Amino acid sequence: MTREQFRPDDHDNDHFLLTTVVGSYPKPKWLHRARDLYEDDDHDFDEENFEEAKDDASRLITKEHERCGLDVVVDGEMRRNEMVEYFAHRIDGYEFNGPVKVWGHNYFDKPSVVEEVEYDEEWLISEYEFTSDVADTPVKVPITGPYTLASWSFDEVYDDEEQLAYELAELVNEEIEGLVEAGARYIQIDEPALATTPDDHAIVGECLERIADNVPDDVRLGLHVCYGDYSRIYPEMLEFPVEEFDLELCNGNYEQLDVFKDEEFTKDLALGVVDVHVREPEPVEEIKENIKKGLEVVPPERLTISPDCGLKLLPRDVAYGKMENMVQAAREVEAELDAGEIDIEAPTVSADD
Amino acid sequence: MTEIVATTPGLYPLPDWAKEQLKDQKGNQKEDLISGDEGAEIQDSYEEVRTEFIDAQQAASLDLVVEGQGRWDDMLAHPLAVNDAVDTRGIVRYYDNNNFYRDPVVTGDLEATGDIAEELEAASQQVENLQAVLPGPYSLADLATDEHYGDEAAFQAAIAEFLAEEAELLPDVETLFLLEPSLVENAPGDGADERASEAIDTVAGATDADVVVHPYWGALEEKVYAHVMDADIDALGFDLISDHEQNVYNAQEYGAPDDVALGIVDGQNTLVEEPETIEERIEWFTDQTQQNDYERIYATTNTETFYLPVNRFEEKLEALGALNKTEVKA
Repeated sequence: MTREQFRPDDHDNDHFLLTTVVGSYPKPKWLHRARDLYEDDDHDFDEENFEEAKDDASRLITKEHERCGLDVVVDGEMRRNEMVEYFAHRIDGYEFNGPVKVWGHNYFDKPSVVEEVEYDEEWLISEYEFTSDVADTPVKVPITGPYTLASWSFDEVYDDEEQLAYELAELVNEEIEGLVEAGARYIQIDEPALATTPDDHAIVGECLERIADNVPDDVRLGLHVCYGDYSRIYPEMLEFPVEEFDLELCNGNYEQLDVFKDEEFTKDLALGVVDVHVREPEPVEEIKENIKKGLEVVPPERLTISPDCGLKLLPRDVAYGKMENMVQAAREVEAELDAGEIDIEAPTVSADD
Repeated sequence: MTEIVATTPGLYPLPDWAKEQLKDQKGNQKEDLISGDEGAEIQDSYEEVRTEFIDAQQAASLDLVVEGQGRWDDMLAHPLAVNDAVDTRGIVRYYDNNNFYRDPVVTGDLEATGDIAEELEAASQQVENLQAVLPGPYSLADLATDEHYGDEAAFQAAIAEFLAEEAELLPDVETLFLLEPSLVENAPGDGADERASEAIDTVAGATDADVVVHPYWGALEEKVYAHVMDADIDALGFDLISDHEQNVYNAQEYGAPDDVALGIVDGQNTLVEEPETIEERIEWFTDQTQQNDYERIYATTNTETFYLPVNRFEEKLEALGALNKTEVKA
C-alpha cells in the first residue's frame, strides 16, 4: 500500500480519503493567446517567451489545485496540447500529416507511425520536476498509455496494433523509470481507448506488465479508463499490475456500480464523484452521496476521490468550484466515518493481501 | 475483357481551410451541426468544398466522381440528421472508430427531403460521370433510433422506403453506391437478413443507375452474403483490406455478381498504396475466384475517406486514378 505517504501532515481526520484530479484542467485564456502568438510567424513571440508562459501556467494551476485543498496535485497538463499528439511529437518514428475529424468540426492531429518507434527526448520528466518544485503537496503524473497511443495513431509499420502497443509500452516503461528516478511516486496511466474497444483488455494487461516490471514498491501506479461498458473489462482488469483504478462513474449516475460488486474489488478505487460534462459545480451534499457509493465497493482505506475525467473542457471557475466542493465533501465524509456515522457496506479486505 | 473503374465511396475529409472556416461559421457544438437549412454563407463554403472535391477527383483521373459529402457531419446518418421527422440527440460512437455522430431519433413519419438530390444537382453542373452515395437501408436503420414505427421490421421497411424516395429524386447518375458497413459490424440474424435484402431491393428499385452494395470492415457472414446475392443489385463490394480471406471465400463459395467493387486501398491508414500494389490486389482477387467472370470491377478505397489527413487522401485518389487498367489481368 502506497497511500499513506500522501496523507498530509496536518490532516485532521483519522480516515483519509485521498483527493486528487485525473489530470487536465482548463488552460488560462492568456496561454491560448500565447500559443497563437508563438505559432504566428509575423510575431516575434519566440520559443523562450512561450516556454515562460507555460511555466507560468503550470505554476498557476498547480497552486490553484493546492488552494482547492487537493492532497495530490497535477499542473493541469498546461504544457500538453493533446493526449496523443504531445507524446507522438517526442517519439522517434512518428510524423504528422494534418488534422482528421473526430466529430462534427472537432479535429485531432492524428499522427502516423512511419518508422520503428524509438525513445528520443524525455516526455514528462521536466514537467514533473518543475511541478514538484512549485508544489508543497505531492504531485501525480498522468501519462498516456501505450494502447491508446497505438490505437489513436495511423500505423504504417507494424503488423498490427497489438505489436505497436507493445513497442510503445517499452518506451512508456523507459519514461516511467526516468520519472521514478526524478522522484515521482504517483503515476497514472491513461487508457481512454480501452473504453472504446474493451475486448482488447488483454493487450492493455500485457502492456502494463511490461511497464510495471521495474516500478519500485513505493510508487503508486494507477490506471484511468474513461466511461464505457465496464462489465466487459471487469473483473479481468483486477489482474492488471496496478494498485488503483480511476473510473468514470458519475457521468452514468453510478448505474454501473453493481458491476464492481459482483466480484470483490481487490484494488484501490479512484472514484469519479463529479461529472465533467455538467457545467456547474455539484453541491457538497450531492458529492458526499457519490463518495458513499464508492464505500459500497471498497472500504475507506482503498477509496480515492477524483473527478470523472480531465476537467479541461469546463470553464475554469466551474472546474475550481467542483474541486473545492469535492475536497470539502471528502473531508466531511472522513469526519462522519471517524464518528462512526456511516455504515461501510464494502467487504473488508485484509490490508496485507 | 473486364472493365476496371476507379472510384471511391465518398465522405471525403474537408480541406483544411474548410475545417477552420466552417467551424468558425457554424460552431463546434452538437447543436451547430448540419440541419439542412444552413444560410447562404455556409452554403457558399460547401459549394467551394464541392468544387475542390470534384477537381481533385478529375485531376486524379477517377472514372466515377462523387460529390464528396462534405456536409455529412453525421457521416452515414446524414440523410436522417436533416429530416424533420428526426431529433438529433446525444453524441454516439460511429462503429468501432474514435468518431462520433448525433444519434438520429426518428419521431414521426419519414419523408424524403431532397437534401442529397440537391447536392448531386449542384455536382452535376460540374461533372457528367457522377456517382451517388447513400447509406444502405440496413446500416441507416442500425445507426438510428426508432421512437415511432414500433418494431424493427417496420422501421427497416420505413427507412428503405425513405431512401428509395430520396433515390428517386436524384438527378441522372451512373452509379449508386449503397454503403452497408452494418451488414458486417452488426450482422442481421435469421429473418433480419432476408429483410435487409428486401430493403436493399426497395432502394435499388428506385433508380435506373447501377447499384453497388458495399459492405466493409470485414466480410459478410455466409448466410447474409447469400441473402444479399438475392437482391436485385448490379454489384457487390468486398473489403479486401480488412479481411481478404473471408471475402474471397464468399465469392468462391457462393459466386459473385458480374460486377464487383473491390476495396483495395485503405481508407483508414496513411500508408499510400502504389498503383502496382492496387493492380496486384485486383489480380489476386480475380485469380482466386476464377469461376467468376467479371464484367466490371470498381477499384475503390475500402471505407469512406474522412478518416485521413488531406494530403494522404489526395495521394490515395491519385494512386487509384493511376491504375494501369490495360495491364491488370483480370
